[in-house]
Amino acid sequence: MIRATTRPILKVTNLSKVYASGFQALKGVNLDIHEGEIFALLGPNGAGKTTLISIVCGIVTLSTGSVTVDGHDIARDYRAARSLIGLVPQELTTDAFESVWRTVSFSRGLFGRSPSPAHIEKVLKDLSLWDKRDNKIITLSGGMKRRVLIAKALAHEPRVLFLDEPTAGVDVDLRRDMWQLVRDLRASGVTVILTTHYINEAEEMADRVGVMRKGEIILVKDKVELMRDLGKKQLWLQLQKPLGEIPAALSMYPLALSGDGTCLTYTYDTQGGRVGIMDFLKRLGETGIDFRDVRTTESSLEEIFVELVKGGA
Amino acid sequence: MNLYAVRAIYAFEMARTWRTLMQSIVAPVISTSLYFIVFGSAIGSRMPTVGGVSYGAFIVPGLIMLSLLTQSISNAAFGIYFPKFAGTIYELLSAPVSTMEIVVSYVGAAATKSIILGVIILATAAFFVPLRVEHPAWMLGFLLLTAATFSLIGFIIGIWADGFEKLQVVPLLIVTPLTFLGGSFYSIDMLPPFWRTVALFNPVVYLISGFRWSFYGSADVAVGISLGVTLGFLLASIMIVAWIFKTGYRLKA
Repeated sequence: MIRATTRPILKVTNLSKVYASGFQALKGVNLDIHEGEIFALLGPNGAGKTTLISIVCGIVTLSTGSVTVDGHDIARDYRAARSLIGLVPQELTTDAFESVWRTVSFSRGLFGRSPSPAHIEKVLKDLSLWDKRDNKIITLSGGMKRRVLIAKALAHEPRVLFLDEPTAGVDVDLRRDMWQLVRDLRASGVTVILTTHYINEAEEMADRVGVMRKGEIILVKDKVELMRDLGKKQLWLQLQKPLGEIPAALSMYPLALSGDGTCLTYTYDTQGGRVGIMDFLKRLGETGIDFRDVRTTESSLEEIFVELVKGGA
Repeated sequence: MNLYAVRAIYAFEMARTWRTLMQSIVAPVISTSLYFIVFGSAIGSRMPTVGGVSYGAFIVPGLIMLSLLTQSISNAAFGIYFPKFAGTIYELLSAPVSTMEIVVSYVGAAATKSIILGVIILATAAFFVPLRVEHPAWMLGFLLLTAATFSLIGFIIGIWADGFEKLQVVPLLIVTPLTFLGGSFYSIDMLPPFWRTVALFNPVVYLISGFRWSFYGSADVAVGISLGVTLGFLLASIMIVAWIFKTGYRLKA
């Protein structure tokens, strides 16, 4: 696995977007994407993720601010900037009546690359589309069309790949195939930026995570750090006898009692060495409360994400 | 210049023509042949000559123009409208291609189709009526200029249209009437003086007149004026297209 470098291949500075309707989709967004990383952009619907991607790719015009791709400004030096980018859009927008081979070859030419049947063949084989190369796109399943869109985005050998909701509506097998593909791309040096509603997707793949809310980036963090800093652990104790209430002797601990009084939950931060479990368990024994089972759980990225987004709702 | 992109778009558009050969080429040729049979042979045989040219031969340039105008517009309009409709326009907008490259490739493909069509109609006409072309270079020039100009107009319509019905509105409600009233089937000298003056406000008169001059050496208006009007159209269309891409009108949010 290639470790991401710290050099930003994509730099977004004070980016704002106000649509003609007056709706402000982006409010002074700043973001650096490092070369070779997998960056997951999370956020609820309407947070501005697709607008941000669309501006970087040239589909939507920016209102203020600037974006550079490998140092090339997307407006002044759009040819150089765009030739580095591949985009897999959210919607399944394909040419219905073209063959897979032709539409992927078309994309390569459109992005200014000389024909390379060998590269197209490799992309189609990597995406399990080789057998379908002469099929018209209209005859393909939704999952296959999604693969065609990815093949089109990879046809010109981009260094930055945007995947806008790449696994929305695809089955489990295809989702796992795509995750593997993304890892392979990263291993070959491609920077991948993905938006997703499936938080486990970000948890599974991303090096860093950015969270958007109402047109702003509210957090950008290394995924492992994020889960360590914001994650919580819980100790679950299944009691021998139900309790009516938490005893006063244990009131200083962050405890919660289940409705039926049979489960006591102790919540603690994962950060720092002293979490107080030993102290709590000792005190629990002193109060004569016995338990017959114990387990611990850790917050998922999804729970962290919900907390973050809820925070400013 | 991103020549690979120009070539890719042009080839892609031309492939659509061959895939839809029936509606792209065969249908207009059949409908034009019907004009020849009805106007050229059935009615034309009972008509006197116009400026020394048999009526059947006289209407050939007008009929070619009629097809050239309507087909250039509909080919180019559909070519750019369909990616908008299907959503595949995202790829074009995100590609490292300039405005000029997009226009040259789409308009070039649409104009190529119309010119192929014009040549086929010309060849078809030769089966029905005796033809002569006195100024072949001028004929080719008018053919190219008109195809390019009206393909540009079609491109503008395709960007403006937000529904399939709008693609039909301009060709059906404006271009076809203007072409019929622009001297396709008659010389405007045949009109009463008042209507002749009115006809001179119809820009299509100049296109047909110039084109007909290249065939038979006689025209309703001087060929230089016809050329000037055609070039004027071309320039106006280029300016509108330039404005569209500068502002992102109906292309970018």
